[in-house]
Amino acid sequence: MNKKTPFRQGLQDGLPICLGYLSVAFAFGIFATNAGLRPWQAVIISMTNVTSAGQLAGVPILVGGLPIAEMILTQCVINLRYSLMSVSLSQKLDDTVRMRDRFLIAFMNTDEVFAVASGNPGLVGRRYLFGLILLPFVGWSAGTLLGAVAGSALPEAMISALGVAIYGMFVAIVIPPAKKNHAVTGVILIAVALSCLLYYVPVLSQISSGFSVIICAVAAGAIMSVIKPVGEEAEHD
Amino acid sequence: MTDTAQFFIYLLAMAGSTYFIRLLPLLFCKKKVENRFIRSFLYYVPYAVLSAMTFPAILYATNSLLSAGAALLVALLLAYREKSLLTVAACACATVFLCELLLRLC
Repeated sequence: MNKKTPFRQGLQDGLPICLGYLSVAFAFGIFATNAGLRPWQAVIISMTNVTSAGQLAGVPILVGGLPIAEMILTQCVINLRYSLMSVSLSQKLDDTVRMRDRFLIAFMNTDEVFAVASGNPGLVGRRYLFGLILLPFVGWSAGTLLGAVAGSALPEAMISALGVAIYGMFVAIVIPPAKKNHAVTGVILIAVALSCLLYYVPVLSQISSGFSVIICAVAAGAIMSVIKPVGEEAEHD
Repeated sequence: MTDTAQFFIYLLAMAGSTYFIRLLPLLFCKKKVENRFIRSFLYYVPYAVLSAMTFPAILYATNSLLSAGAALLVALLLAYREKSLLTVAACACATVFLCELLLRLC
């Protein structure tokens, strides 16, 4: 295609994630300080966890001084989807990715990094992945700091608008492949239908959001894998 | 025990469990999966995860159902035209901002 190094290509692909994270992390920063944490604590949480849903659920447990076991259990359930993503990502790595690289890649295997990495045609290498994860990490940490320190100064209308940033990015990731592959469209529709079911049906709506995502993803993925298993060629379109 | 010490204990539990969930599959799945069902499943899962996380959650991510719905439509349209991640996300935010401005004026 062009002469960009893999690292630079990764940086470029990571830039929109970084900007999306700035806004979401900003919201987390506000949330954390409102819950009673100091700005440095909010930033350290972001720098060591890098997971939006897990952090949102974890802060009240931390602030409330609830049992440590509850913290671990909550994080495991909400973040269980990452283990699915890590299994999937392990299939996308080329031979340049060494054992020790996996420790770093795993740390930054977020929903968005994973989605962009898996959206690449073919396999991805270590330099590309290092480029890809750098800016999102900076955006996530810096956004938290800004939100924690300056969040209260931002107009309510802007905070509301920033709320859709991350979802807009998700839509931009799933729709283009769905145009070319009807099976992907099918997976999206099944997942959305299940997600609505778990969200709106009274008893089911008590399931936590993290667990609901796992149920929807596993069910939709399994159903479509039975209906239309992928061949060698379809995987790397 | 000081507050700060307690903070770091919770932090360790939180960050540690999150990290291990991400790390273990990456360390232990080193071979290519041969099974066709599992390969298909792993191919489909990312789309399912992102779709389930987006809908219906996006509808409740702003101050009003209307502005969020409009943002979703704009995002779908731009994504269908294969605009970049950044363009789609920024236009969705702008849609919410303008919608809520209009709603306040009306």
